[in-house]
Amino acid sequence: MSETTHTAHAEHPKDYTGAKLGMWLFLFTEVLLFGGLFILYAIYLQRYPEGFKLGGDQLNVWFGGGNTLVLLTSSLTVAMAITALQQGRVKASLRLVGATLFFALWFLVNKYFEWSAKIHHGIYPKSEHLKEMPGGEQVFFNLYYLMTGLHGIHVLVGAGVMTWVMWLIRKGKVNPDDYVTLENAGLYWHLVDLIWIFLFPLYYLIL
Amino acid sequence: MNQTASTTISRGFWDAPGGRKGIGAWIFSTDHKRIGLLYFYSTLAFFCVGVLLGLALRFELFQPGADFFTAQQYNSIFTLHGVVMIFLFIIPGIPAAFGNLVMPIQIGAEDVAFPRLNLLSWWLYMIGAIMALTSLFTGGGAPDTGWTFYVPFSVRTTTNVSLATLAVFIIGFSGILTGLNFLVTIHRLRAPGMTWWRIPLFTWALYATAWVQVLATPVLGITVLLIFAERVIGSGVFDPARGGDPVMYQHLFWIYSHPAVYIMILPGMGVITDIIPVFARKPVFGYKAIAISSLAIAGAGSVVWAHHMVTSGMSDIAVMIFSLLTFLVAIPSAIKVFNWVATLYKGSIQLDPPLLFALSFIVLFSIGGLTGLVLGSAATDVHVHDTYFVVGHFHFVMFGGTGFAFFAAMHYWLPKFYGRMYNKKAAVWGWALMTFGFLVLYMSMMIVGMEGMPRRYYDYLPKFTFWNQMSTIGSWFLAIGLLIVFVNIFRGLFKGEPVGSNPWGGATLEWQTPSPPPLENFEAEPVVTHGPYEYKKAGIL
Repeated sequence: MSETTHTAHAEHPKDYTGAKLGMWLFLFTEVLLFGGLFILYAIYLQRYPEGFKLGGDQLNVWFGGGNTLVLLTSSLTVAMAITALQQGRVKASLRLVGATLFFALWFLVNKYFEWSAKIHHGIYPKSEHLKEMPGGEQVFFNLYYLMTGLHGIHVLVGAGVMTWVMWLIRKGKVNPDDYVTLENAGLYWHLVDLIWIFLFPLYYLIL
Repeated sequence: MNQTASTTISRGFWDAPGGRKGIGAWIFSTDHKRIGLLYFYSTLAFFCVGVLLGLALRFELFQPGADFFTAQQYNSIFTLHGVVMIFLFIIPGIPAAFGNLVMPIQIGAEDVAFPRLNLLSWWLYMIGAIMALTSLFTGGGAPDTGWTFYVPFSVRTTTNVSLATLAVFIIGFSGILTGLNFLVTIHRLRAPGMTWWRIPLFTWALYATAWVQVLATPVLGITVLLIFAERVIGSGVFDPARGGDPVMYQHLFWIYSHPAVYIMILPGMGVITDIIPVFARKPVFGYKAIAISSLAIAGAGSVVWAHHMVTSGMSDIAVMIFSLLTFLVAIPSAIKVFNWVATLYKGSIQLDPPLLFALSFIVLFSIGGLTGLVLGSAATDVHVHDTYFVVGHFHFVMFGGTGFAFFAAMHYWLPKFYGRMYNKKAAVWGWALMTFGFLVLYMSMMIVGMEGMPRRYYDYLPKFTFWNQMSTIGSWFLAIGLLIVFVNIFRGLFKGEPVGSNPWGGATLEWQTPSPPPLENFEAEPVVTHGPYEYKKAGIL
């Protein structure tokens, strides 16, 4: 089906568009992974509006709001890190990725205190106290733990990715001429942020 | 058309770069052909395991009463048969094995877009497979839920469901990575001149499949994770005692698992579409219609899931909507069948083994597809729901469809990668026994299902004995056919006559490079000047 040309195999330059296309497809899969949980949330909210209201009232909006600020700031720092690297300011970029990592850990510490308080009050899956609550509230809290828990795992993975990228920048493998790995890490981090942007109002604000 | 085959064949990609030897040259290789063969042999091994389990089930059902297994053992065996066949063989079988082998060559690429990711997905697949098999012998015993893991039973059973669901999650992740890799490869790595409308239809089918893999598999991921969470931390979102709803599990499960049957069948259809024009010596009829119908099946197939749940207590309106949508999927499927038949019409047909398997595919898939309409229509589905009719239908589509396509692909493409040909006469005998045994085995199931025999029981009423015995006898013919096919093809691949680069007279790119292909697939980057089935322009006819 072809006429072959007699050029030898040329060394291919790294395919930036391909690398980013792959990352975007991966982000689709993450959205759909959480999508299953958002469907459950929607169905159960429609079925138990009172239970969800009572459950939502017990969540601390200050914890949630604080964490929202932390994550939004971290999205800013990672975006600045990409720009800094593009402009050749390697050290600044390294510091900004470090800041993102710091905010990720801050978020997890906040989450730890928030969950601990709830668990201290006897609200966690399988607990006796939760079993005495009406069905709607039980589903609310079970979903709360599942969705924020899965999101928390993603924050943890994101923190790991940031550490790895810092190592790559320090080694010079990610540099002002080849920064697609940092860009993709940034895309992943924005997604983690974005999912929280949906979780925060659904659990803390609208109920 | 055939190039004269020289007596000594070049070893192509079989000579590993850097002189690496032994198993390390395979399991750490990022060459798509080696990964394709890794997938091929691993899926084939699991297929054999699944076949043995299936034969064991048929043995038990040869006569009423408990003969070989207890009820609990029988439950475990059919669960295992389902999990192994679906998650370890049919889903990765064609796309991961033959997709990896053939697709990059068909579009004129040196490799897939992310070779290391490709290797990772094979590793994940193997880790998942090992976990699935480990779940049989550890914990509370082999899972006994059926491959669907329906709640509440899957949450309450003491068998080792937790590990099995994690295994499914990991295998799903491996499928996502393969799909993602193929999508980027097809978008980015096509050779000069390989426009979208010059892509071979096998690759088109893989493209549609990859979208389903990427978009549907995550939902399975979260569903099995929820089962895991219910079992381990007791999160209860499907437990009615705690406000949950078990029907929601069924929805989430089928949102993936219905599209998954298109992950299973679309690549098979692609194989058939590539084989038929070559052996009819005629351009494929309706190229664009076939390409678009793959996408249409992928799209429409994603919105029909609840037809599995007609008797679950959904509202009648939902039942009717999903029934209607289900009928819509029949349209693009029928487009393909008509186009295959139209391609054969007035062709100068060469009855070689790949075409025979493809012809069996058309007949068996059509029977499977048409009996699917009986199940898609709510009124008739209520009567045959959970009977052997469903089992028969499913095997016609999956084994008669995808399974036979897998064998067609083996007979069509493996000589390319080994550079040697099997004995065609023995292959025809194997094919004939397989097709005959298949029809007896699964036709009997459909009849006994219509008579009212329910699925998933180790015992049955005496009045069902005759058709059950027919079915079991059919399974023996099928097994003998399989044995002949395997012995013949592997003896041929290692000891057969050298084939030359284009034994069948195909016009797609994989036939324009030596057999076996060199490491980077082509001696020089190909430039494509015509479509994949234009035999005259290719100088073949």
